[in-house]
Amino acid sequence: MSQTGRPPASRLEALLRGGHFAVTCELETTDGADPESVHAVADPLRGKVDAVNCTDNSAAHPHISQVAAAHLLVDRGIEPIAQFTCRDRNRLGLQADLLGTAALGVRNVMLMTGDDVSAGDHPEAKAIYDLDSLHLIRIARILRDDGTYLSGRRLTESPRFFIGAVENPFAPPLDFRPIRLQKKVEAGAQFIQTQICFNVSKLREFMARAGELGALDRVFVLVGIFIPRSLRGARYLRDQVPGIDVPDWVIERMEGTPAERQAEEGRRIALEVLHGARELPGVSGVHLMSIGGREDILALIEEAGLLPRPEVAVPTSA
Amino acid sequence: METANARGRPKMGLGTRAILLVEKVTKEPLWDCRMCGQCILHSTGLRCPMTCPKNLRNGPCGGVLQNGNCEVEPDRTCTWVVAWERSRKLPLWRDHMEHLNPPVDWQLEGTSSWVNLLTRRDKLVPAGWADEQVKRE
Repeated sequence: MSQTGRPPASRLEALLRGGHFAVTCELETTDGADPESVHAVADPLRGKVDAVNCTDNSAAHPHISQVAAAHLLVDRGIEPIAQFTCRDRNRLGLQADLLGTAALGVRNVMLMTGDDVSAGDHPEAKAIYDLDSLHLIRIARILRDDGTYLSGRRLTESPRFFIGAVENPFAPPLDFRPIRLQKKVEAGAQFIQTQICFNVSKLREFMARAGELGALDRVFVLVGIFIPRSLRGARYLRDQVPGIDVPDWVIERMEGTPAERQAEEGRRIALEVLHGARELPGVSGVHLMSIGGREDILALIEEAGLLPRPEVAVPTSA
Repeated sequence: METANARGRPKMGLGTRAILLVEKVTKEPLWDCRMCGQCILHSTGLRCPMTCPKNLRNGPCGGVLQNGNCEVEPDRTCTWVVAWERSRKLPLWRDHMEHLNPPVDWQLEGTSSWVNLLTRRDKLVPAGWADEQVKRE
């Protein structure tokens, strides 16, 4: 993997550069004004995953700020990945928060467009979309490497970031997706977390094409794995969450399983996808998601034989 | 790509207003143009990117439905699905889909992209963006 000569910004970056298979997961969203509610969902993940995504008003519902949550994780010795969407902030707000998040000791950022406000509980809100995700990725690199804002005005100290982005290999236009990945790499993305994968053959085609374009020599790809808990949950994902390809076999297997054993079957499905994805050239890790069930995530990590997590030297924070 | 930070909306005299009118009446019906004033139709398969509810300038979001429709307006095809398919059929500019288009300059919204093209006003990008471009090339 030919990344640049700079030392790794984070433990996650060091681990990926060291050729380890990385495991990340999403922090459950919380809605309290106390640090304890974040600690409660984060603490069980310590030592079980390499980094934890703090989402930015996920599914267009407000929750505790991802910058605050990420900082609380740093305090607890858990490495965060702070997500930023283009939905709620313009270029001023995003740059301010990128700097602020770096000042609070957060080194991994994940930059994306974001779900539309129409998907959330404030559909009447004004969506911003001043920038798109490609712009935001490049601006993070400008802050880091050039030491200036987008305007060219100088920073007194540049942030150290490991820059992440998302891609969806499973949504149309399928032929364009690897090109879009390549564009993100060109703009500055160093690692990718994909949308939820059930369709390993689609992922295989995507990875093969991205490899041909040369993108995989310059970026680490972590495949999104979802653990369905019930038939209802799997159907919800297929019908209500835009951009997710839930093939019929997933629904059929959940249908053929009695309700009390569906959680177990869901984990088995996730495990199969995980093993399938792990075999593909260019896949450097997995990003685990489940709706409100960190027990499922922890159980899957155990069952997939992903413990113990590797030790790497933690870069000294500047 | 030019390096100055442009401040302010271009002044519009009588001639410019006349061009703006012609541009509006041709491009709006033809391409559902939203008059962003910095036209990139050549790198979007001649599909106006401002019809995307997220105003994306560099390709589709991850929420495109399995049938190719928009997640925000599920009754119509995603702007970028149309852009990609049309760009495959164009005799030229096919590789322009790979271009990294800079952030929108909202000062140009509602002005004439034709005039901005002639005056090169539409090439002005923020200095940080331009410096990065120079550095990478």
